[in-house]
Formats: sequence, C-alpha cells, structure tokens
Amino acid sequence: MSVHKIAIGLGILCLATLPWWVGNSYYINISSQILLYAIFALGVNILAGYGGLVSLGHAGLFGLSAYAAAILLDHGAGHLAAILGALAITLAGTAVFAGLSLRATGIGFVMITLAVGQVLWGLAYRWLSVTNGDNGVNVASRPAPFGIGLDDATPFYVTTLIVFLLTLVAVAIFVRSPFGASLAGTRDQPRRMEALGYHVWLIRFYACLFSGLLSGIAGLLFLYYNEFISPQAITLTASAEVLLMVISGGAGTLLGPIVGAGLLVVMKNVASAYIERWNFVLGAIFVAIVILMPDGLVPGTVRLTRRALQAMRGSRPDAAQPRLEEP
Amino acid sequence: MSLWIVLTVNSVTLGGLLFLLSTGFSLIFGLMRIPNLTHGSLFMLGGYFGASLFIWAGLNFWVAALAAALLIAAFGGLIERFLLRRLAGNELAQVLVTLGISLMVADLCLVVWTGDPISVATPSLFTGFAHIFGVAFPLYRLVIIAIAAVIAIALWMLLDRTRLGAMIRAGVDDRDMARVVGIHVSKLFTIVFCLGAGLAGFAGMIGSPILTVYPGIDSDMLPLALVVVILGGTGSLLGSLVGSLVVGALYNFGQAMFPELAYFVLFLPMVIILALRPQGLFGRHAP
Repeated sequence: MSVHKIAIGLGILCLATLPWWVGNSYYINISSQILLYAIFALGVNILAGYGGLVSLGHAGLFGLSAYAAAILLDHGAGHLAAILGALAITLAGTAVFAGLSLRATGIGFVMITLAVGQVLWGLAYRWLSVTNGDNGVNVASRPAPFGIGLDDATPFYVTTLIVFLLTLVAVAIFVRSPFGASLAGTRDQPRRMEALGYHVWLIRFYACLFSGLLSGIAGLLFLYYNEFISPQAITLTASAEVLLMVISGGAGTLLGPIVGAGLLVVMKNVASAYIERWNFVLGAIFVAIVILMPDGLVPGTVRLTRRALQAMRGSRPDAAQPRLEEP
Repeated sequence: MSLWIVLTVNSVTLGGLLFLLSTGFSLIFGLMRIPNLTHGSLFMLGGYFGASLFIWAGLNFWVAALAAALLIAAFGGLIERFLLRRLAGNELAQVLVTLGISLMVADLCLVVWTGDPISVATPSLFTGFAHIFGVAFPLYRLVIIAIAAVIAIALWMLLDRTRLGAMIRAGVDDRDMARVVGIHVSKLFTIVFCLGAGLAGFAGMIGSPILTVYPGIDSDMLPLALVVVILGGTGSLLGSLVGSLVVGALYNFGQAMFPELAYFVLFLPMVIILALRPQGLFGRHAP
C-alpha cells in the first residue's frame, strides 16, 4: 500500500469520526459548511481549473437550485420531489447559462457569466411574487432519509460528508477519464483539439453541465443547512468567494478547492467573530493571492517541497509554471 | 401620453449617465482587453467623494463633481500603475485583481459613509421644470443629457482628431503592431484608465441627485456597463452611445411595465446580440 493511499484512508477516517472527537456542535456545523462549499468549489474547478473557463456567475446556479427546491417545498412538494425537481431545473438553467456564456472564452466568458449571474440575482431580488424578494424563502424542515432525522448537527454532517465523498470520487473519475483529458486539451490547445476532430464547444458544454450539477447539489445542501435562502447567496461576492476558494487552493488540482474551501470558511467564521469587515479581508486576500501566489496554495506547496527535495539531491529545480493563464 | 414622454426623458438621462460610465469601460476593454470590474466602484466612489465635498465641505456642485472626477482619475491611475501593471500580459489575473479591489472599496465605503443612502440636492440653478410643448421636463435631467452629449462630442474629437486619439485607436485595433511602430502602449494604458475612471467618477456625482448614493450602487451599475459593452462592442465610442441609450430605455420602460422582471427585460437584447453578433453591434472583434 502506497503512502498516497494511506493518507487518503487516514483523511477519510478523520472526517468520518470528526463529530465524535470534536464534540461541540458549532464546530461540526462549520465542518458541514466546509464540505458543502468544497462540493461547490469542486464544481467551479471543473470549469476554472480543467476547462480554463473562469465563471463569475456560478453563485447564480447554486442559488437557482436552492430557490427551486425551496419554492417547490413551499408549494407542498415532498423532499425527494423537490430535490430531484431542483436538480432538473438547475441542469436546464445551466444549459441556458452555458449556451450564452460559451459564445466566448477567456475574458469574454468571465464577462458574460458575470452578467448572467447578476440577472439571476436580479430575478431573486425583484421577482417578489415568486421569490419573496429580499426576505427570502424559508424551508420548514430538513428531510429524513430512511427515517433518520437530519435536524441535529451530527446527522447533517454525516449526510454532507457522504455527498461530498461521492462528489470527490465522481470528480476524480471525471478528471482521469478520457473526457477529462479532452477537457484539459480544450483548455491548453483548443485549435489542435479542433484539428484532431474533437467538438471543442460540446466538450465545454458538457463540462458546464457537470459543473452546474455540482453547484446545484451544493446549493441544496446550503438550503437545508440554513433552512433558508435569500438573494444574499447569489451576489457577485458569493461567486467571487467560491472562485477564490478554487484559486487560493490551486485551480486544476483535486485537493486545491477543498483546501481553499476549508481556508475560506474558517477565515470567514473566525474573521466575523473578531472583525466586521469580512468583505474587505476577502478582497485583500484576493489581490494578495493573485499577485503573490498565482498558482494557489496546493501547487505552490508541492512546488516548494519538490524544489527543496531536488535541492537536497543537488539537481536543478524545474521552472515554476504559472497556472492563471488565459487558455 | 405624458407618461411615455417622461419615460423617454428618463431613459435618455440614464442613457447619458451610462454612456459616461461605459465609454471608459469600453475603451479600457478595447485597449487592455480586460473588463475593469472596479468600474462600478469608481462610479460609487465618485458619488461619495462628490457628495462629501458638496454637502460637508460646502463646495459648489459642479466644482465638487470635477474634484471627484480628478480624485477618481488619480485613484484609477494608481490601480493601473501599481497593481495591473505588475500583472501585464496576464489578463485573467488582472480581472481578478479588479474584482478584489471592488470588494475592498465597497466595504470601505460602508465603513466611511455608513449604510444609509445619501441624497444630494439638485444644483439650485436647475431645480425647476422646462415647459416644452406643454409638457414639463425636469430641468436637471435635460442638463445631464446635454452634458453627456457635450462629452460624447469631445471624446469623439479626441479619438478622431488628435494624435493621442489616433494612438489609442491604433492600440485598440492591434496592440502589438502599435508597439512595433513605436507607440508607447503602456503609457496609453495609464491615460485611458485615468480617463475612464475620471468619467465614471464624474458620472457618479452628477447622477447622484437622481439616483442618490448608496452602498450597492456599484454592483447595480457594473452589470449595466457590461451589458452596454456586450451590446455595443468593445472599444467603440458609437457602440457605447447606442448601447447606453438602448439599455437606458430598456431599464426605464422595463421598470415601468414589468417591475418584477426589469432585469430580465434588460438581458434579452444581450442574448439576441450574443447569439447573432458576438462582437457587438459596432465592435471589430469578439470579447
């Protein structure tokens, strides 16, 4: 058994037993938040990291799913129906989102996703008769799968963890699959991919759908976690936050977005306990990370370790590879 | 009938403000290839600075507006020189830095000017109404339209008739070739960024008697500027003008007729343009 597998096993063991050694429900809830944001960040990373398509509108898809479920529940649908309905609506919404945004790549994609995201925010904020505007929509209860109530922190955490692990496995398979490789191909060499006979647009479109689905799942967990959804969850700041999770951890890596999600959720909770100015801190970290560590914490650390090891062996370290380049 | 006229005047007024905001945005985009996500913040800062100078320092309204424009232009120049320049050639990183700055500015404004909206009095000379064909038009709105028209003509003269304008156009058309023929493109970046920022700040102040200044006006205005540029095409003065008027009209008529779906109405022409002509109405290349 390799070191790698032991590390993964230990990591899962730690996560699975976390409620019992942490004890305090406040920290268990923070862990649930980290995991649900990690799912969201993994979804955004599919596009930003592997597809080279940076979206500033993904909070819109996250919110679309949460709103769809909340409104369906409000109209008397059962939990299962609401969840499935919300995911179907999110996929349909993502298809439209992708159809518009994929008219462009690079900076154009950033711009269109931002505009579409703001439209979704505007709908949530202004379409009072459906979304209840700024007051948001409440959800009466959390679901009880197989008769296990999720009202307490621990069962909710375990459910989130299961969904998270399933997502992680799905993303890991996706990344290693031929399709994942072709997506990375469209990021690095779109023209050559086209010349090789790949349908670049369609590959990106499917990647968008997968990314939207993961964002939708995270949105549902967010809805049930808070038992409430408001336009606050769809703002540009929310899209920027999740993008920062991806970039700070390391776009295009499996572990990066998870580390980034942990970092940001912890900082947000710690920071809000001591200072009021979370958005300022967020903006400052954004600027600092982009300027000082553009390839993110995980690749940055890996690179530094590798360089240190090579220095010990006496060979020359290989050149740093910046990640934040336009495809 | 008069409702339609009022709506039309309001549309053109908002169109004028949007033109001042988005023409700089569009030029920066055309030249530097980045959507400057601080542009909404610059508009908001212009409003706050101007309002402070006007209300608390007791300056004349127009002096306050000009001072705000200069301050914001200087602020824009600082952002360009000290942050964006460090990331030259990496457009995505530049966009993300502008996003980070906009978050910081929004939060700082909340600290300094609190969450309450600040209403700015209309300059006393223009508080009345102009009666044209028996319909009363608020004078100040007409003044804004006139100012926007004058600035549009001045910008056109600058871009079309001066050496600097020719250099900017060359930079927009082909940045690398402009460099090859000896144009100092990075100096142009700073000039255009200052100009765009100053116009946005000025628009923020002269718009304040109508819109008031409030936290969140930055993220209200930024998407409008984005839509204008997507509609009109990047780096084109005419595109910004037409786009602003269209967006101004859609916003006002949309608010009046479908108040709940105003954002959606705004977004429809953008969808059509993206589908049929991704480079925008007057743009030369797709974003």
